[in-house]
Amino acid sequence: MRDPVISRDSELGRSEVKTTTCYMCACRCGIRVHVRDGEVRYIEGNPDHPLNQGVICAKGASGIMKQYSPARLTQPLKRKEGAERGTNAFEAISWDETFQILEERLGNIRATDPKKLALFTGRDQMQALTGMFAKQFGTPNYAAHGGFCSVNMAAGMIYTIGGSFWEFGGPDLDRAKLFVMIGTAEDHHSNPMKIALGTFKRGGGRFIAINPVRTGYAAIADEWVPIRPGTDGALLLALIHEIIEMGMFDREFLIQYTNAAELVNLDEKSDTFGLFVRDPDVPVRPDTFDTPDRLWWDRHSDAPVVSRTGDTEGRLMGEFTLPDGTPVKPSFQLLKDRVKDFSPDWAEGITGIPAATIKRLAHEMGVTARDQKIELPIAWTDCWGKDHDTVVGNPVAFHAMRGLAAHSNGFHAIRSLSILMTILGTIDRPGGFRHKAPFPRPIPPCPKPPKGVHAIKPNTPLEGTPLGWPADPDELSVDANGTPLRIDKAFSWEFPLSVHGLMHNVITNAWRGDPYPIDTLFLFMANMAWNSTMNTVEVRKMLVDKDENGDYKIPFIVVADAFQSETVAFADLVLPDTSYLERHDVMSILDRPISEFDGPIDSVRVPILPPLGDSKPFQEVLIELGSRLKLPAFVHKDGSRKFRDYPDFIVNFETDAGSGIGFLAGWRGKSGEKFMVGEPNPSQWEMYARNNNHFHYELPRSYQYMRNWNKGYLTWAQRHRLVRYTDAINIHLYSEVLQKFRLAAEGKWQGKQPPEHLRERVRTFFDPLPFYYPPLEWRQTDASRYPLSALTQRPMAMYHSWDSQNAWLRQIHTHNVLFVHPSVGAENCFKDGGWVWVESPWGKVRCIARYSEAVEPGTVWTWNAIGKASGAWGLDNDADEAKKGFLLNHLISEELPCMVGGRTVSNSDPVTGQAAWYDVRVRVTACTEDEPAESWPQFPSLPDVPGQTGFKHRVQAFFAGKHKG
Amino acid sequence: MNDKQYALVIDLNVCVGCHACVTSCKEWNTSGFAGPLPDTNPYGAEPSGVFFNRVQTFECGTFPATETIHFPKSCLHCEEPPCVPVCPTGASYKREADGIVLVDTDKCVGCKYCSWSCPYGVREFDEVMGVMKKCTLCVDRIYDLSLPPERRKPACVLACPSGARIFGDIKDPTSAASVAIFESSGYQLMPEWGTSPSNHYLPRRKAKILLHEDELVRADNALKIEADLAKPAFSAPSIDDMSSW
Repeated sequence: MRDPVISRDSELGRSEVKTTTCYMCACRCGIRVHVRDGEVRYIEGNPDHPLNQGVICAKGASGIMKQYSPARLTQPLKRKEGAERGTNAFEAISWDETFQILEERLGNIRATDPKKLALFTGRDQMQALTGMFAKQFGTPNYAAHGGFCSVNMAAGMIYTIGGSFWEFGGPDLDRAKLFVMIGTAEDHHSNPMKIALGTFKRGGGRFIAINPVRTGYAAIADEWVPIRPGTDGALLLALIHEIIEMGMFDREFLIQYTNAAELVNLDEKSDTFGLFVRDPDVPVRPDTFDTPDRLWWDRHSDAPVVSRTGDTEGRLMGEFTLPDGTPVKPSFQLLKDRVKDFSPDWAEGITGIPAATIKRLAHEMGVTARDQKIELPIAWTDCWGKDHDTVVGNPVAFHAMRGLAAHSNGFHAIRSLSILMTILGTIDRPGGFRHKAPFPRPIPPCPKPPKGVHAIKPNTPLEGTPLGWPADPDELSVDANGTPLRIDKAFSWEFPLSVHGLMHNVITNAWRGDPYPIDTLFLFMANMAWNSTMNTVEVRKMLVDKDENGDYKIPFIVVADAFQSETVAFADLVLPDTSYLERHDVMSILDRPISEFDGPIDSVRVPILPPLGDSKPFQEVLIELGSRLKLPAFVHKDGSRKFRDYPDFIVNFETDAGSGIGFLAGWRGKSGEKFMVGEPNPSQWEMYARNNNHFHYELPRSYQYMRNWNKGYLTWAQRHRLVRYTDAINIHLYSEVLQKFRLAAEGKWQGKQPPEHLRERVRTFFDPLPFYYPPLEWRQTDASRYPLSALTQRPMAMYHSWDSQNAWLRQIHTHNVLFVHPSVGAENCFKDGGWVWVESPWGKVRCIARYSEAVEPGTVWTWNAIGKASGAWGLDNDADEAKKGFLLNHLISEELPCMVGGRTVSNSDPVTGQAAWYDVRVRVTACTEDEPAESWPQFPSLPDVPGQTGFKHRVQAFFAGKHKG
Repeated sequence: MNDKQYALVIDLNVCVGCHACVTSCKEWNTSGFAGPLPDTNPYGAEPSGVFFNRVQTFECGTFPATETIHFPKSCLHCEEPPCVPVCPTGASYKREADGIVLVDTDKCVGCKYCSWSCPYGVREFDEVMGVMKKCTLCVDRIYDLSLPPERRKPACVLACPSGARIFGDIKDPTSAASVAIFESSGYQLMPEWGTSPSNHYLPRRKAKILLHEDELVRADNALKIEADLAKPAFSAPSIDDMSSW
């Protein structure tokens, strides 16, 4: 036996260690990759990386099996002449031919009608490049997966506090004393959250999990509060009710830092009904997004004055009449009126949480926030010029993501959460919620989607950005008749604030030609023929459906992916992507960088290994295509190519000529002496490499808190071009933006107006204050026939990951089951482990049921994205994923019929277009004994494609390097 | 009994069941001193591989008083390991220097007596080599002087994001492992078997907030400041005007 102590591991074979950034999920940890004789031997967390500080997760440590996966694609593929789409029949072709096909097809589209290209990507952390490519091409039809992920979270919070959970901000568990997590929220920033949660709990912090299911982080919660799915909004409103009733809100915070004390016009006859009353004498400056002209009622002079002026102090409560007779109330009074009837007793009937528990939760939050105040000796100056000796914090932190978001009432639930966090005084303060650069941003942020048909012209970049933040109805992407400009109908009157697009409706809309047919659907890393789509069975049919001439209704489908996914089978052209260990990449400050609370951080990924076969990083594909199509950003004035390759592009691209702003913020300037803004630096990649692949600017302590109102921070951020304005970003407790859409619906807005059939919908859901309504799908579902809510989560070993076929990870979760409370089994006559049918109004699946006491009895749930189509992902045809595993997606519809004036609309939140895939209701019944013990539906097995790596042995005994064990 | 006994202390109060320890162990060890750790049907039906460390998840209690517990389990490196005396070839042994229980695969004949004798079910049989394998506490890492001292730890400990795994000498009362056992009621698995397992587990510990009635209403309650009590009009009648004392 080799002596384990004497013989060093690094002496076996030729060893080297390189650093890069993980991409087994969206967390983006720093990793050290140990390579032995050219093979990956060990991937460990990089201790010198700020995000993960040396730790790694189950996925990150399984990267080896991703690298050597049998599903890897190694050659460009073209659908075989005469073969039907969807049958996985391909021939390998060269990249030359591939680019010729794309150049010709996309060139024609761009020269005629650029919107006929729809580019949608599953991963949303390359948006700076993919979105820029779409804009340069001239198509508005671009988005990533945010529309069916958590856009309600981004929109609900950013339209309220100017920042959000996500990569944009999070709970400050380092200082919090009470942490409340609502719904499933584990998958973003997961390793940092686990690090923080461990430290928080060891430090004696109290952790409450509110969730229909006790799994994930909820497992280690000090208290689990089970809640019925889709009712979070009712709970949050009741918590607000109780905190206001008990007087436990942070009064000073609300008056100074939010619009709570500002007066709302309550003259129903006025065209500005529901908007703040303003002093017309306050001059409007061109360099502001928020003229400080709103009034409050000063408690000292008992008169209306311009808010935040002199020694005045606005009243939060009461009703007043302006000298001109206009009736007004502070918006906080309107909130108080709104939640008056939303008592804990009311919420008990909706949420299933006892009223006494709701009250206690509110009291714990209120007392902790108020009586355990943190005061840090950090001096700072606010936007109004007042100096503060300390930074104060109310140590109650929250976290939520998809559990709240993926409902058709999620936007208002998340507005409610943001308001709860605000009245507790926890925004960008120690122990509460804290922003991460480039947030906070103005409410709403500056980029705007195309505002009319004029924005889309042949051979011309798009006017506006494909995705943006409408501030009023005139910023919607609709034509003069109110018809959507985008294929997914984002930013239309159906979903006005769909800031991440509606990827879940692209295929259905394109197939139907509504609002228009497209030519090419270009998908990157998005499994739209399987687990990333709702109504999977029908969507697969749409992908192969033909018109009366025998032509495909979606004429051309391009899929870029590293693996043989279910969607690859539906491609006409397949672009083999590399693994994350074989490419350059950036986690850009223009996108969703890995910033921490203390300042901006961006990072890079560098190749550890050469690309496998003919695979090519998708980034390189875009640079090549942009150059061939002569998109302005990619070519010189004479049409010649500007960038050699992706690394060259990253160094030399500037947002505008000479802007000094590029994809990477660190080591800019000719010799790397500048950051954020500066000339391109030819050695930028080397400088990132020397700093463990990241750039971290730690803000001075006085700039790290209260950033919505911190003069020092905002001035710094403006000088470094993170923001355009230095105005205070006051919290929108009351949303004037929403009220403007409501005014349009009521015919009181001078600009764009909704089509008649949508007026009532817009009027109802664009309420400037949050409210609770049952999920829209429930209106159409007979609760006696479908009594149960059905949910999905992803297990921690597969959060946000792209390879649940991974040889090691799949042994942890080889197939999924439906978890049910035992009472569901008893009522429906099936046993623990029995086969069952799960039916919704939209479809059915057969699967295995498993009893659980850790689920609210009205809920059934399963692990998502484990079920696979037979033969996909390099797995054997009879793999457990295909024969025992299942997708809940078959039960979820992407559309709801008869929603507005008898018309069908997306099954989404009516404000944001967030896919409402947690709204589905089901029933579960026992299978008969003569039915096969196999999940249903099944699909014909997919054969391997040419060039696929494959694996045909019974046993794999992986040992890196030439010396095999 | 050894003077030194390396062990893991696993904090169930912060283990979220993420399986980082499971696959980090697998990746380190499959190409390490005890490797490979083969997988049967890695891409087929019922895949089954060698893992030195596994997380079992189970529920306790009935709804709504339910606990979901993630329970990582690997060789406990018993001080009285029953797997050692039953080994007919001496392949299964406990190191004098640090108490780590190992298998010398050169001597192992694959008779599986050791796995039958282990009450914890933590031995792993390599079907390819026909030998028994098990957790080594990453003995090929912890003494490797080419690694920085803070990285000379088992791969599972380095990986664990929530810091639920503490590695140390439980015979040294000042080690972090010993302190954690002492302070947080660390316990052994099935000590009644007389195996004296070295690995310990820290139980769930609940943080609570005690609220007093009078904390809910304070003198500086925001409502008092905000909603001034209704004042009678100056001209309204008062007793002061009615009586003459």
